[in-house]
Amino acid sequence: MVELKVVNAVNAEALSVEAASVHVQASAWQRVRRSTSVRIGGTVLLVLVAIALLAPWLGTVDPALFDPGSRDLLPGQFGEITTLDGEQLKHRFLMGSDSFGRDIHSRVIYGTQVSLIVGLFTAVVALVFGIGFGLCAGFLRWLDGPLMRVMDGLMAIPAVLIAIALVAMWKGSVPTVVVAIAIPEIPRVTRLVRSLVLSIREEPYVEAAISLGTPTWLIMVRHILPNCVAPLVVQGTFICASGILTEAILSFLGVGLPSDIPTWGNVMAEGRAQFNTYPHNIFFPGFFLALTVLAVNILGDGLRDTLDPKMAKRG
Amino acid sequence: MSEIQPILEVRDLTIALPSGGDRSTAVRDVSFTVGRGEILCLVGESGSGKSVIAQSVMGLLPQTLPVQAGQILLQGEDITHAPLSRLRELRATRMAMIFQEPMTALNPVMTCGEQIDEVLREHTKLSAAERRAKVLAIIQEVLLPEPERMWASYPHQLSGGQRQRIMIAMALVLDPVLLIADEPTTALDVTTQAQILKLVLDLQARHGAGVLFITHDFGVVAEVAHRVAVLRLGDLVEIGSKDEVLRRPQHGYTRLLMKAVPTLQLKARPVDEQAQVVLKVQGLNKFYDDKRWFGPHRQVHAAQDVNLDIRRGQTLGIVGESGSGKSTVARCIVRLIDPSSGSVLLGGEGGDDIALMGAAQLRPLRKRVQIVFQDPYRSLNPRRTVGQALVEGPVNYGLSHASALERARGLLALVRMDDSAMARYPHQFSGGQRQRICIARALMMEPELLVADEAVSALDVSVQAQVLQLFEEIRSRLNLAMLFITHDLRVASQVCDQLAVMSRGQVVEYGPAAQVFGSPQHAYTQALFAAAPGRGFSFGA
Repeated sequence: MVELKVVNAVNAEALSVEAASVHVQASAWQRVRRSTSVRIGGTVLLVLVAIALLAPWLGTVDPALFDPGSRDLLPGQFGEITTLDGEQLKHRFLMGSDSFGRDIHSRVIYGTQVSLIVGLFTAVVALVFGIGFGLCAGFLRWLDGPLMRVMDGLMAIPAVLIAIALVAMWKGSVPTVVVAIAIPEIPRVTRLVRSLVLSIREEPYVEAAISLGTPTWLIMVRHILPNCVAPLVVQGTFICASGILTEAILSFLGVGLPSDIPTWGNVMAEGRAQFNTYPHNIFFPGFFLALTVLAVNILGDGLRDTLDPKMAKRG
Repeated sequence: MSEIQPILEVRDLTIALPSGGDRSTAVRDVSFTVGRGEILCLVGESGSGKSVIAQSVMGLLPQTLPVQAGQILLQGEDITHAPLSRLRELRATRMAMIFQEPMTALNPVMTCGEQIDEVLREHTKLSAAERRAKVLAIIQEVLLPEPERMWASYPHQLSGGQRQRIMIAMALVLDPVLLIADEPTTALDVTTQAQILKLVLDLQARHGAGVLFITHDFGVVAEVAHRVAVLRLGDLVEIGSKDEVLRRPQHGYTRLLMKAVPTLQLKARPVDEQAQVVLKVQGLNKFYDDKRWFGPHRQVHAAQDVNLDIRRGQTLGIVGESGSGKSTVARCIVRLIDPSSGSVLLGGEGGDDIALMGAAQLRPLRKRVQIVFQDPYRSLNPRRTVGQALVEGPVNYGLSHASALERARGLLALVRMDDSAMARYPHQFSGGQRQRICIARALMMEPELLVADEAVSALDVSVQAQVLQLFEEIRSRLNLAMLFITHDLRVASQVCDQLAVMSRGQVVEYGPAAQVFGSPQHAYTQALFAAAPGRGFSFGA
């Protein structure tokens, strides 16, 4: 009996040492905040969001206003602009004006709203549908084959073609464009989620949940989905970046949003004819587009490096 | 021996760990020597720094682990900070290493012969024909059949034991004076392990090399060591001859380890032959069909005609090597996989047959059989607290959250964990603690049968002893039936009342543990028992 007590005392010691040796790991959130890429990308993105939200107070006028007297002004020149009430205002054209006499500065700043909204909603729509389909394909084996073949088919249709078809069918509007851009992204998310589900469902904690009698839908929501979040957040940022880019391409080609809605693509499309004489028509929207896509991509890279455990070990 | 220069001398070696770890040094002030023809076993639990020492000798330490102090002398030459070019010369010619997992240590796209040949090409000026003769000779020396075929085989075409022989051949082809073996048999089955250990001993005696043998398995130590060094959290706590350390340990930690090593002596326990049968397995089969569009149709028998009875208050052990089908049987019983045919009668004769039952009917019966898995790090969802993990099962079956929490507290106490664990996440616990949590989670369902699938295999020996003790306590206190799957005969001898030995999907021997251990009838059982490392060696404390 005394012997047993001694052993237990030593055992207890061994146990405490063992507990102490558990590696202290910074939480994922802390690592994310420490990442330089996340900081840079996030800051630029926050500034762009602020610009979008504060658009009316940033020296802009209604982006639809024009004045025939203020056509083709160079950046920084003063001119006049007519409001909808017919009132003539003196206005400084920070980024110049286009061939209709519209203020490019106002159109680019308001265009930020459209681009960010399109990027965000494209990512959300693609993720929501992709997660739904991916969970089904990964967990319901009989559905896997048919569902994935449909996804393969969807992936083969170019975004521009879907957009032309949808815009021809419905009216060119933000929801139409979001749907058009999101559809080709859905299969990519589906594939990612499916592969994650296939590996996570083999984990012992999922098997434990099965033997604990947890219903299948609850296993998906409780055990599988939370462990997919990190790669999905990363994928979401890349979809967002490509969504912003695709929207600009569609608008530039004239199959996206109608030209009365100010978007970077529209502004560039209208400036294309006069590109040699007035390059500012294309330079400013192009700069904003590049900056936004770059910021989102840097943010996504940083998130991937910090959230993916394989990447974290390498660093 | 003492006046002859040792082959390897390590003096006051201190290696730093990157900041932010749980301790500042990986190893601290470690000194030992390996003489000519001597096997020094470096033993310790995970995290004790034994592999770091091996890597430092070979000059394989990552830059994040710098040598802070001390010297490593190979035949008198200080190689602690030797330049890479010198180390490259020394490796293979004077010192060589064999690793735990030969599949990853060998290059998958080169034939085994080419890989051994590469060593000769780099370090000797032999002609192609001479090299080939030498390679074939060494392949023969490690007792591989058909050297020509082995020369031309890729690693994936060989078995684990054959691959490890190729590794040994590669290490010994240039007759190094020092051989470092880092857990060389841990990934192998027990019968293969016995053969490899014998090979290492034979070759070492013939070549006269000094061997630094790293292992966590005291059975292996008893089998091969001349001298033993015990490491604990980077400190060398005891060094001496095998008999001194294993039979008359001086340091408290070594004594604790020796006490924790499970003996092969059966724990005699009266077995009630008439106890109620909780689960009856009859004619259980599991086939895997390899259906192909073209080519032959193959069928793999993972489990074939398995018959078992598990009685209340008793533990049935299933032992066998990897691929013997023991886990398949466990998973069929828990219905994590669907058996192909046969019956699994819950509640014994006349009970519910859950073998082929549909998911909906099965659900209410699931709680009566619970399982604990091997890997404590993957058995708990990293994103859910211990409390959430514990209450999940009972709440599924309609118990209120409050009473489930109440039960969870009681069970945490039973598995010797503190209440405060409830609000914490799995990563805040060690492997042994996580396994306790997993046991508590299974017991939350108040099962009739607890299945432990290699539940102590991933644990260090001292923690293993505690968890085994816990299993015993639970079984006797709750009068549970237990199915204990293990590859480790020592563990089996500690907990089992009944024993089934499996090989190639079939139960080859089945009976009371005392009978199976005492007088094994089947040839495979006899071979398995004969291969147990350290058999017949009594560890003192």
